[in-house]
Amino acid sequence: MNTGRFGEFGGQYIPETLMPVLKELEQEYQAALNDKSFIDELNTLFREYAGRPSLLYEAKNLTRQLGGARIFLKREDLNHTGSHKINNVLGQVLLARRMGKKRLIAETGAGQHGVATATVAALFGMDCEIFMGSEDTRRQALNVFRMELLGARVTPVDSGTCTLKDAINEAFRQWTFRAMDTFYVIGSVMGPHPYPTMVRDFQSVIGQEVKAQLMDLTGCLPHAVIACIGGGSNAMGIFHPFIPHQDVALIGVEAAGKGLNTSQHAAALARGQVGIFHGMKSYFVQDEEGQIAPVYSVSAGLDYPGVGPEHSYLYQSGRGQYVSVTDHEALEAFELLARTEGIIPAVESAHAVAYAAKIAPTLSRDKVLVVNLSGRGDKDVGFIAQMKGRAVHG
Amino acid sequence: MVNRMDILQRKKESGQKALVTFITAGDPTLEATYELVHAMAQSGADLIELGIPFSDPVAEGPVIQRANVRALKHNISIDMVFDLVARLRVNLEIPLVFLMYANSLFHYGAEAFFKKCRQYGVDGVILPDLPYEEQQEFLPYAEKEGIAIISLVSPLSGSRIGPIAAHAKGFLYCVSSLGVTGIRTGFDTDFESFMKEVGNSTHIPAYLGFGIATPEQARQLMDYCDGIIVGSALVKQIEESRTIDEAVESVAHLTRSLRRALDGE
Repeated sequence: MNTGRFGEFGGQYIPETLMPVLKELEQEYQAALNDKSFIDELNTLFREYAGRPSLLYEAKNLTRQLGGARIFLKREDLNHTGSHKINNVLGQVLLARRMGKKRLIAETGAGQHGVATATVAALFGMDCEIFMGSEDTRRQALNVFRMELLGARVTPVDSGTCTLKDAINEAFRQWTFRAMDTFYVIGSVMGPHPYPTMVRDFQSVIGQEVKAQLMDLTGCLPHAVIACIGGGSNAMGIFHPFIPHQDVALIGVEAAGKGLNTSQHAAALARGQVGIFHGMKSYFVQDEEGQIAPVYSVSAGLDYPGVGPEHSYLYQSGRGQYVSVTDHEALEAFELLARTEGIIPAVESAHAVAYAAKIAPTLSRDKVLVVNLSGRGDKDVGFIAQMKGRAVHG
Repeated sequence: MVNRMDILQRKKESGQKALVTFITAGDPTLEATYELVHAMAQSGADLIELGIPFSDPVAEGPVIQRANVRALKHNISIDMVFDLVARLRVNLEIPLVFLMYANSLFHYGAEAFFKKCRQYGVDGVILPDLPYEEQQEFLPYAEKEGIAIISLVSPLSGSRIGPIAAHAKGFLYCVSSLGVTGIRTGFDTDFESFMKEVGNSTHIPAYLGFGIATPEQARQLMDYCDGIIVGSALVKQIEESRTIDEAVESVAHLTRSLRRALDGE
């Protein structure tokens, strides 16, 4: 068994053609971490391009309305491109450039990671192709145009369920054709080693900032940090610096879709089994034959049948608590946050808000909950209007 | 332990080129697969790969992806394919291997899986998403039952070829070119140096696969290797046939012409 394991999870389950490329990536990544100029450049981009540090905002109205624990929001929605995805993309593209790669490929579900990758490709003048399930290109037509505006080529993927998992399949396939000149910018803490570690490291800036900001504001650590889980990158980013602090609960919120007792959910930890897929051993929603099962969530960003291997490890070891929230609860939280705080969250992040709203009233006023507001909801407004029977153009 | 693939070594030593053919089990039905396997065996195949259908075949191009979709319409399971192998083994001695994704094996359970391979007559498995480094997890179970896990090397493998080839069992699957499976019109690979590196590292048969579709390509590549592997071109024949009989006939025809090419005819 090779490196890159979290307990039994992780590994490098990938065709041989990609193995030399992954080994090279692993070495270059280690070298970059020890290179002060790489870290300095990344930090400069974080500050001057992405707009970091992102704010830690005390949601006093929401706290008052719910009664109980104080709720703070980590405002990743205020980053350039509108979500936490930019943190990871800046890191990976700097690495791609360092390795002399000229071309970037990426998968996207809702379009947030695709937009972030297209954005940074434009910034560095690199060729960029985004794979997106054809179903998602229809649901997120605005983001398709946004990526094209940024100079990227968007390739619709027509295989399987025509969603995020299939976009990842196709990105892996195309990567094997041009493994030498192409860098695959994976959007979450998933895939073969070193991606889960590397993406977590680039996203850990979220948790590091929270720790320092909360110390300044309250002088203490939080009772819990709460984040939504698709592949799990925003969650891993906010969790990681708190893992050694056993008193801080790490709460990951999976998408229960239409309910965990239906087949329409995307809860890999609650309803999946250990398996091997997309380069990693982890939990996946699958059928009795080990076929990867179709999953569902109102949120395209959580609509993925697996979860990053480090989450599987935190789940199995008991260090992480993993819960789930239905579409209905998430949509209620979406509106609750809009009306109480004037902040429209991404429907993904609304899952985390919904769970915070559930537990805050059960906790005393001296407890602090930090919710990772991983993205903003502009992309979801048209869809929500449609669900409410309102026609809007956008 | 005796393995039906031992015959491949003798074939190599006598200077004959081997023909390996692939189809997806259950495409379009298991009954068709039964007929097709017999037809390929009678038409000159030396080893047959049966693909276990998977929802997400990441190493496959569009042709074999569609074969997986067709097979999964009938919910083809691993046990159904084992039963098919049992029926085939009544009067078929040709080596048979499964091509499957790591999750199918992991989900089935390695111990039970390899035991069944031996009982039912499957001689090896090719796991395109299980590189050398990750084999250890399954290898003890395979070795206990005398089943080979077939290793793959690619033109990018470089210094990895040595250790991979040195531990290879059955035959070494040499990926002809970058990318996924599927018919290619030409190859950019420097076969001379790639296959020389392979030959320096192992004495077991080394077969070239991925993209090889025609007798002309077989002729062009046979001098570099001990045999060739053809998949997508055969699956395409099945896809384009209107009836099972027609599929059997055209698969047999292509198999025969590949055989003749490899025999220098």
